[in-house]
Amino acid sequence: MNALNSLLDGFGTALTPINLLWAAIGVLLGTAIGVLPGIGPAMAVALLLPVTYGLDPTGAFIMFAGIYYGAMFGGSTTSILLNTPGESAAVVAAIEGNPMAKSGRGAQALAAAAIGHFAGGMVGTLLLVALAPTVAELAVDIGAPDYFAIMVLAFIAVTSVLGSSRIRGMASLLIGLTLGLVGLDQMTGQQRLTFGSLQLADGIDVVIVAVGLFAIGEALWVAAHLRRRPPEPIPVGRPWLGRGDVNRTWKSWLRGPFIGFPFGAIPAGGAEIPTFLSYVTEKRLSKHKDEWGKGAIEGVAGPESAASASAAGTLVAMLTLGLPTTAVAAVMLAAFQQYGIQPGPLLFEREPDLVWGLIASLFVGMVLLLALNLPLAPVWAKLLRIPRPYLYAGILFFAAVGAYAVGGEVIDLVILLIIGLIGFGMRRYGLPVLPAVIGVILGPNAEQQLRRALQISDGSVTGLVNTPFAVTVYAVILVLLAWPLLRKAVTRGRAAA
Amino acid sequence: MTTQTTDLPPTRGDDRRSWLKEHSELGVCALLLALGALVLTDALTMDVDIAQRGPVGPKTVPIVVGAGLLLIAALLAVDVLRGGRGQAEGGEDVDLSEPADWRTVLLLAGVFLGSAVLIEPLGFPVAGALLFWGAAFALGSRRIDRDPLIAAVLSLVTYTVFNNLLGVPLPGGPLMGVL
Repeated sequence: MNALNSLLDGFGTALTPINLLWAAIGVLLGTAIGVLPGIGPAMAVALLLPVTYGLDPTGAFIMFAGIYYGAMFGGSTTSILLNTPGESAAVVAAIEGNPMAKSGRGAQALAAAAIGHFAGGMVGTLLLVALAPTVAELAVDIGAPDYFAIMVLAFIAVTSVLGSSRIRGMASLLIGLTLGLVGLDQMTGQQRLTFGSLQLADGIDVVIVAVGLFAIGEALWVAAHLRRRPPEPIPVGRPWLGRGDVNRTWKSWLRGPFIGFPFGAIPAGGAEIPTFLSYVTEKRLSKHKDEWGKGAIEGVAGPESAASASAAGTLVAMLTLGLPTTAVAAVMLAAFQQYGIQPGPLLFEREPDLVWGLIASLFVGMVLLLALNLPLAPVWAKLLRIPRPYLYAGILFFAAVGAYAVGGEVIDLVILLIIGLIGFGMRRYGLPVLPAVIGVILGPNAEQQLRRALQISDGSVTGLVNTPFAVTVYAVILVLLAWPLLRKAVTRGRAAA
Repeated sequence: MTTQTTDLPPTRGDDRRSWLKEHSELGVCALLLALGALVLTDALTMDVDIAQRGPVGPKTVPIVVGAGLLLIAALLAVDVLRGGRGQAEGGEDVDLSEPADWRTVLLLAGVFLGSAVLIEPLGFPVAGALLFWGAAFALGSRRIDRDPLIAAVLSLVTYTVFNNLLGVPLPGGPLMGVL
C-alpha cells in the first residue's frame, strides 16, 4: 500500500514538536472561533492568511486544517447553547440540541456532538486517504481544457446551487471576476483596469479581498444591526454520555460520514445539505420518534458527524483538483497561491511532504480536539458572553493587521475598507459573498487555462472540449443549469399523472 | 413592510419616495451597470497590437465579463421590478427587525480610516490600539477604565507576535523607539 507508506511518512512530519504545536494552536483557535458568535471558519482563515508571510507552508496548512475542523466543532456548541447558529453547518444541531440543553441535557448534547465530530472526522479522513491518491492519479494527465472546465464548474456550481437567487449569485461572481481582472495581464503584461495607477498594476491581493468581504463586510453589517441584548447562553457542565445514550447514538455517528463525505467533495455548499439529510435519515430510523423536536440525541449525533466528514470531502476536491467547494476551501486555496503552490493532481507528486503531513495532522487534530474539548466545554461556553463591542472591534483590528501585513502600504487599508463596504452592500441586498471570493481566486487562473487551451488548438473552440474529462464536466454543468427546468418538468409530469 | 401608503391619500413626492425605498435594490443594478460599462470601456480602449500572443488576447475575458455585468444588471432590474427581493443576511448578533444604524457604520469606517493614516507617523502599536478602542467605542462600549487597557495590550501583543515571532515587519513608531 503506497498510500499507507506515504501516510506514515506524513505522521513523521505531523508529529514533529513544531507541527504538533501548530496543530494544537489551530484546533484551539478554531474551536474558539467556532464558538464565538459572528466569526465563521472562512473569516477566521482569511484573518490568519497573513501568517503565511512568516510561516513555512506545512505549518501553515496544518494550522488552517485545525481551524477548519475546530470551527465546525465549536459551531455546534453555539448552536446547542444559544439556539442561534452562525455557521450554516451548525443549523441542524440547534433543532434537537437546543431543546436538549433547555431540558438540562446540554452536557449530553455537547458530548454527542463532540464524539460525532470525532467519528465523522476520522471516517472522513480515512476515506480521504483511500480516495485522494486515486483521484489524483486519474486526474494527473488533465490539461488546460480540463482545468478550465473544472473552474467553470466551480463558477456555475457556486452560483446556482447555493443561495436562493441565481441572478444574485451570478452578480456576485461577476464582481469577483472584475476584481480579479485588475492588474497586469499575466500573459502579455497589458494593463487592465489599473487607470494608470502603479498600486493597481500589481493587482488587488487575494488576502485583501477575502478579508474585506468576509471580515470587514461582516463586522460593518453586524454593527448596523447589532442586537441590543445578546441572547443568554444556557449554562452547562462537563459533557458526558450515559450507557443508554451511547447505545442510541453509535449507529448515528457511523452513518453520518457516509452522507457527509460525498457532499463535501462536490460543489454543493459544503455541510449544509448533508447535515440536513442526516437529520432526516436519523429521524426516519429512530426508535424514539416521540422525542424528535423535543431533544432527540440522534438528531445531534448524526448531523454533526456528517458535518465533520464533509470537511474531509472538501479537502479531497481541493487537494486533488484545486476545486474549492466551500468558503474555507476557497480561502485555503488562496493561501496555496500565496506560497506559489498549485493544488491539483500534481500536488501529491510535487509536495508529498506537505500533503501527507497535512492529512496526518488531521488525525492528530481530531484526537487533540476530543481530548481538549470534552473537559474544556464549560470554558468555551463562557466565550459566548464576550461583550459584542470587543468582539467586532477585534475583528476590525485583525483585519487591519492582515491587510497591512500584505505589503506595508496604507493604501491597502483603504482598498480593504472599500471592499468591506462592497461586502456590506452585498449582505444588505442578498448577494452571496462566496461566488465573489471564488471569482477573485479562480478567475485569473481560469483565464490563463482558457487562453492556453485555445493557443494549443490554434484558436479553435473545439480545443476546449477535446478530452472526455472536459466533456463530462460540461455535461454536469448543463445538468446543473437545467436543473430548475428539469424539476419543473418532473413536478408538472407528476401533477398531470 | 406594511402597506401604510394606501391608507392616507399620499402626495406625489411621498409616493415617489416610498417607491424608491421599496425598490432601493435598483441601485445595485445601477452599480452593476456602471461597473460593466467601466470594464467594457477599459477593454475596448486597450491597445493590444504589440502584446497579442495566441488567438485570445488580453481583451477577450474583460469583454465577456463586462457584457455579463450589463446582462446581469438588466436581469436583476427585471427581477426587482417584478417584486423579487434579495434577502438580507441574518446572524447570531444581527437583529433585522430594526432599521440599519448608519451612524455606527460611518463612525467605524471613520475610525478605520483614521487609524490607517496614523500607522506610519505613530507606529502600529499606537494606531492599532486607537483602532480597537475607537471601534469598541463606536459599537457602544463606554468602559473608560477597561477599554483602553485591553486595546493597548492587544495591540502590543499583536505587534510583538507579528514583528518578532512571525517575521512580518510592522512599523514600531516613536513609541517602540523609546521602549
